[in-house]
Amino acid sequence: MHELSLARDIADIVYQNVPSTELNHVKFVVVKIGEFSGVVVDSLKFSYEAIVSETELKNSGLEIIYIPFRLKCNSCGKTSYNEFGMMICEECGSGNTEIISGNELQVVEVKLNSPCEQDYSSDDFKSSDEYLISTK
Amino acid sequence: MDVITIERKVLQKNDEIASANRALFKKNGLFTINIVSSPGSGKTSLVEKTIEHLSGKLKISVIEGDVQTDLDAKRVSNYNVPVVQIITNGACHLEANLVKDALENIELKGRDLLIIENVGNLVCPAGYDLGEDLKVVIISVTEGDDKPLKYPKMFMNSKVLVINKIDLLPYVNCNIKVLRENALKINPGLTVFETSCTSGEGIDKWCGFLIENKNPDPGHSGEGFH
Repeated sequence: MHELSLARDIADIVYQNVPSTELNHVKFVVVKIGEFSGVVVDSLKFSYEAIVSETELKNSGLEIIYIPFRLKCNSCGKTSYNEFGMMICEECGSGNTEIISGNELQVVEVKLNSPCEQDYSSDDFKSSDEYLISTK
Repeated sequence: MDVITIERKVLQKNDEIASANRALFKKNGLFTINIVSSPGSGKTSLVEKTIEHLSGKLKISVIEGDVQTDLDAKRVSNYNVPVVQIITNGACHLEANLVKDALENIELKGRDLLIIENVGNLVCPAGYDLGEDLKVVIISVTEGDDKPLKYPKMFMNSKVLVINKIDLLPYVNCNIKVLRENALKINPGLTVFETSCTSGEGIDKWCGFLIENKNPDPGHSGEGFH
């Protein structure tokens, strides 16, 4: 359920970082989510769409970059790809490990429609159509 | 498609407020714990037993977090310690700004220990720093020995594990050795206590840990503890 709070934080970050004149051009908000971040991707997408549905960001959605969980062992130096959440090195069994990826929860960037495409933004067209329309 | 680069942690705002809370705790010489668990593991009972046991030894303040009602704050106020209730009205976890607001209504000066009892939930509170020195995860033996494997993030992000309701071990299908092993597979650095709030077993060791850790050294980052 905390995905709702996170979706609100993501929308706030977009508001703070995108000029107000560009807000209704936002198509995708790109978010990095680690396997170990405790976030349910579908729930986050749903929450984001619900939160922005009556705002200038209503035409935008989330694009997720999923980052797998990885461990580095400080005893044997190997990188482990073992089961989610296990902090034991699968090579040597040591507990002296550190997480090298999988904790990410970060807004990376936003992708905007070009102003030309924006004229047609109410239509849910495919990218090939976008190209045709914008070159008319 | 034009791109605007942002590169910002989603929880940055929460983390900034948590850092300010932490600085305030440190300024007041407070050792602060954030107690997390699923509903019904015995968080409030452990808070009550802790206050009882540390009476005359540590000055304690308590922040209670619940989705609804001030029942827990009423329970704790019977022990004559400053307590404030946060009602989240549906939210499944405490956030740093809720704690910040609660701090305006609770005595910090001259206190040794601040206990924050989070909303009962073994998932969501794991990701939210409130400014505490450490998270304490409680699991009761009635929940079963596989819970650390099912909810790894909470055990990963906690420094202390309290296995509660050990008086019920003869009646439930829970192997406490397996429970410990599972928790330590997730987080080998966990300090583990076994308690019963009914019989009082193990409460002295748990409280001894709190006494040892009061008044963190200057420069304490929240990472190290005895």
